[in-house]
Amino acid sequence: MTTLNTIVQGVLLGGLYALYAAGLSLIFGVMRLVNLAHGDFIVLAAYVILALSSAFFIHPVFALLIALPFLFALGWALQRVILNRTVEENFLVPLLVTFGLQIIIQNGLLIGFSADSQRLSLGAIETLSLSIGGLNVGVMPLITFAAAVAVIGALSVLFYYTALGRKLRATSDSATFVQIVGINPRAVFAIAMGIAFLVIAIAAFFMGVRSNFDPSVGPARLLYAFEAVVIGGLGSLWGTLAGGVILGVAQGIGAAINPQYQILFGHIVFILIILVRPRGLFPKQS
Amino acid sequence: MSELQQNPAPAQPSPSEGTARYSVVVDTLVSRIALVGFAIAILALIAAPGYVPRATLQDLLLIVLLIGLAQCWNLLAGFAGLISVGQQAFVGLGAYGLFYFITMMGADPLASVALSAVFVGLLSIPVGLVVFRLQGAYFAVVTWVVAEVFRLLLQQWPTLGGGAGTSLPRSATTEMIGIDFAVALFDVRSAAGREIIIYWVVLAVVVAIVGIAYGMLRSRIGLALTAIKDGEVAAESVGVDINRTKFIVYVFAAIGAALMGALYFLQQGSITPNAAFSLMDWTAYVIFIVVIGGLGTIEGPILGAIVFVLLRSQLAQFGPWYLLVLGVLAIVIMLFAPKGLWGLFTHWTKIELFPTRRLLKKQ
Repeated sequence: MTTLNTIVQGVLLGGLYALYAAGLSLIFGVMRLVNLAHGDFIVLAAYVILALSSAFFIHPVFALLIALPFLFALGWALQRVILNRTVEENFLVPLLVTFGLQIIIQNGLLIGFSADSQRLSLGAIETLSLSIGGLNVGVMPLITFAAAVAVIGALSVLFYYTALGRKLRATSDSATFVQIVGINPRAVFAIAMGIAFLVIAIAAFFMGVRSNFDPSVGPARLLYAFEAVVIGGLGSLWGTLAGGVILGVAQGIGAAINPQYQILFGHIVFILIILVRPRGLFPKQS
Repeated sequence: MSELQQNPAPAQPSPSEGTARYSVVVDTLVSRIALVGFAIAILALIAAPGYVPRATLQDLLLIVLLIGLAQCWNLLAGFAGLISVGQQAFVGLGAYGLFYFITMMGADPLASVALSAVFVGLLSIPVGLVVFRLQGAYFAVVTWVVAEVFRLLLQQWPTLGGGAGTSLPRSATTEMIGIDFAVALFDVRSAAGREIIIYWVVLAVVVAIVGIAYGMLRSRIGLALTAIKDGEVAAESVGVDINRTKFIVYVFAAIGAALMGALYFLQQGSITPNAAFSLMDWTAYVIFIVVIGGLGTIEGPILGAIVFVLLRSQLAQFGPWYLLVLGVLAIVIMLFAPKGLWGLFTHWTKIELFPTRRLLKKQ
């Protein structure tokens, strides 16, 4: 029973990691960019939600809804103003630019919000749990997992069943050739980054509800997101969900052995998987 | 290159007879003068303990140490196209190796530095086999994951203090090869003498790192790296073993980082996993130094380290603002002057102190 419980909790934790990873996977899929500041943008978004919630005395859910358009605009502007200047370079320039952004965000948050731990508080729902077949399952972890499935489902629909999705896929295949049919790849990249920031905002909300956060926790979020993306297979959205779940279960098993092994076990499983399958478990056919 | 020179002379009369002959040169007049200048600068640095106060010597030690780390990272990123954000793995392992050899095996501190470098060099081979599974930007993040694994493992290892870290035994900080010599030469107390010896060793190691890096770039490996940078597929088609060349650079950079880590924490006398495997101290600062100074040149990291330490002494009191400004500066340079400050200087003056380009010269 405890083993089953460990696995179920790990799967649910994996939902959160899949949310962290979905934005990263989208950005990589469309523009082949690995955003080293991804985790820090999640933390930044959590602070935006927190600030809106405490400034207007509103529930964090409403704060999230208000934050969404602003974060879309931030992602769009980030791509337009900074990252589009790097798309024609090799991977080195965007990598170092996003590394610089990471330092800027961490220290900017430190100046604005201090190093104190923060949390998004939802009230009674945080402690609610359901008893399913003898297992106690928290309602919030269930909602988080459902949100991950919904976000990845929505992204899949967007990618494969809409006009915008066709543009995104075509630009991903060749940013040069789409220009022949009148698509401006830089405009598409900016929209993709905007969408990724919507996902970042949702991930930030669930991160802030689940655990404390402070300006320094971004890099760890990046690593989990990255591990989920690579385990699942580069460019595969549903693979990312699977990757998040595998990582969550690995961490859960580590934590069950010794609470201090949680993170270590996740990293070790990730390393074992890339040794066996460097392209991940469900790589996109190319 | 050597194959070309060994070719037997053509049987028929050479068509080049009577026409001009060419040879390949790398050195220029400026670079020869610069070499003399550097030799003088190194002598001045060796003599520094005799004429600068102890605080300045500590600053110098930090600059030289950062030059060593920056040169290693520059070799990876600027020449081999390997972006690592995990060099703190080797800094930390070098430092912990040192503490292990001193406290567990009772070895002399300086001998432990060498032992630790050998140990990390060997360990970097299996680590490299793991991280080389992924390429490009993915390589970068995997190196970071590996560094985290080592940090977490050492936090769990009680022999060297676990998460709380450990300190060197008193004997290791007072007895070390050379202390007596420095004490007698400069008439200082043994703590200062110890610092002088460490400073000299750091200086010697960093001069060696820069020298070997420069020599490597002028050798066949340098040619291979240039070919790889211009196009991996094309390089492979002319017979460059891309992975082997990159691997050599990776192991070299790991040993360099381990030496710097061992020497830094020998000087500090105490260690914790978080300090030894700090992304900020051992990789982020180093990246800023190389990017600001000039990626892909030998001069850049040297200039960058000096600028970095000077900026820090002026701005460190502003804490996070200082780092924020560094981040902005690095992004602006990456976008608008990707060859850094030294690149701008070379662009305007055409001066290269450590040229690596091969020029055809009429004889």
